[in-house]
Amino acid sequence: MSIEQHDVRHLARLAKLALDEPDIPALATELARIVEYVAELAAVDTTGVEPWLPGAVPAAPLRPDTPARGLSAELALDQAPRRRERAFAVPAFVDDE
Amino acid sequence: MSESVPSLVSGVQAGRLSAEALTEGALGVIERAGPLNAFLHVDGEGARAAARGLDERRVRGDELGPLAGIPIAVKDSLCTQGMPTTAASRSLTRDGSARSGWRPPYDATVVSRLRAAGAVIVAKTNQDELAMGSSSENSAFGAVKNPWDLARTPGGSSGGSAAAVACRATPLALGSDTGGSIRQPAALCGVVGIKPTYGRVSRYGLIAFGSSLDQVGPLATDVRSAARLLGVLSGHDPLDSTSATVPVDDYEAACERGARGLRIGVPSEYFASGLSPEVERAVRAGLDALRDAGATIVDVELPHTRYGVATYYVLATAEASSNLARLDGVRFGLRVEAERGNLDGLYGASRSAGFGREVQRRILLGTFVLSSGYYDAYYAKAQRVRALVARDFERAFARVDAIAAPTSPTVAFRLGERLTDPLAMYLADVYTLPASLAGLPALSVPAGLSTATDADPALPVGLQLIGPAFAEASLLALAACVEAACPPSTPEPWA
Repeated sequence: MSIEQHDVRHLARLAKLALDEPDIPALATELARIVEYVAELAAVDTTGVEPWLPGAVPAAPLRPDTPARGLSAELALDQAPRRRERAFAVPAFVDDE
Repeated sequence: MSESVPSLVSGVQAGRLSAEALTEGALGVIERAGPLNAFLHVDGEGARAAARGLDERRVRGDELGPLAGIPIAVKDSLCTQGMPTTAASRSLTRDGSARSGWRPPYDATVVSRLRAAGAVIVAKTNQDELAMGSSSENSAFGAVKNPWDLARTPGGSSGGSAAAVACRATPLALGSDTGGSIRQPAALCGVVGIKPTYGRVSRYGLIAFGSSLDQVGPLATDVRSAARLLGVLSGHDPLDSTSATVPVDDYEAACERGARGLRIGVPSEYFASGLSPEVERAVRAGLDALRDAGATIVDVELPHTRYGVATYYVLATAEASSNLARLDGVRFGLRVEAERGNLDGLYGASRSAGFGREVQRRILLGTFVLSSGYYDAYYAKAQRVRALVARDFERAFARVDAIAAPTSPTVAFRLGERLTDPLAMYLADVYTLPASLAGLPALSVPAGLSTATDADPALPVGLQLIGPAFAEASLLALAACVEAACPPSTPEPWA
């Protein structure tokens, strides 16, 4: 699997990154090298092996179901780069593709 | 500050030392250490007030906590109320400057625990952006330099925290380790660094990178100081559903246990090509010290070690690409309005202006391995190979109590040396990644210095100890034996 420039543009769209066009050729080369390296995993025999996550945590214990106060709206909005009244402000998006 | 933390705390509790004097000492070194670029934010005023408060409480006869009066530096990827938190990323600033960093409305649990234990938080430390890197050069606010040689990196990503301890600004610092980000900088800076078992320490308030890997842990001047801090950090946190309810051992008592009766496995895979002869010499001397202290050394095999780097860079980037979706310019951090004024435009413009090259590269790679058509070949495959890496350790730990190996294949490398070659940088983590993948505890303890030559100064070497889940106490017992044979040293200008 090699990564071409059009693949980088596609991935950037999926990842919501607006890459600068001049950066794309170098990114494609770097990603291609890394993907070529990680492709060595294909050679490992994983027949009958299940996907694995750290099992050290015995069972995620549940919190007691007691009401607690969360962040106030004012505190949550305190660091917002743009807000409108008691809400985060975003551009209109209903007419996006 | 050459005393260990337990001794300093006793001094503060008995009134022999004042928290205020310790804090002034730390702030003085931080000022002199400016050229290291290890600190992103120094809270002199807050630290002095906290220290004064502690001294007043002592005079009143109040009981002081286990870190009473100890100045500590905190990695900038941990949330600190009242102090900026940027994780060295422009994406967590208002205008791109560290000063305009995001101010979290809450403390990370580990930070709350520090405050409750009486520690004095003096500074936030520089790091690789969002913890992605092995040299602390990927910071949006400039590279961190190694106190042993300013032309070299301190390692990463917790490079600022390691440098803070190495230059003796603070005897303790907090770091986070996803694939080696505490242990590798600890090794390269000649300090002790512990990555606890996955689940041992709460991650609530740690800016997430790879959620199945991230752990917070201590960096310290010496083993007993690290043990004291680990004891404070460890334990269940209802705010982190991955935090374990397993009882916390007495880590300081463990440091006095010695090595007699313990079996240590040495994996040949960690002494393969690419290992610097100077690192090997120092690590083997450390193994001799463990043998002299009564441990039995045996060979073990960890055959899937060679797949650690590939497995890690698939899984960690996949998790990062998902975790970092929250940095979108809407609720906090950098917002850049796009020419095309829709929501996608806002996301794209804000994220591209906010993230540096390495972060963008990893998001793209993570997006690739999770994308339709490649998921099974890369992501699902890596999860299975991860199982094999963990199984290797399981088999080894049926025969031994701990595994000893180098922490890093080389001593500190020169600034800029690997920046243009991401893959070469990733290979710096070859010996730390497997324990991370298996969720196991691991630490790095100084094992002496390399031999100085005309071209290179003497530089620190770290010996890594890996244990079964929740066996931090055994690792500390062994680390104390290595330390007894090889006491901590301080780089010349900071001694």
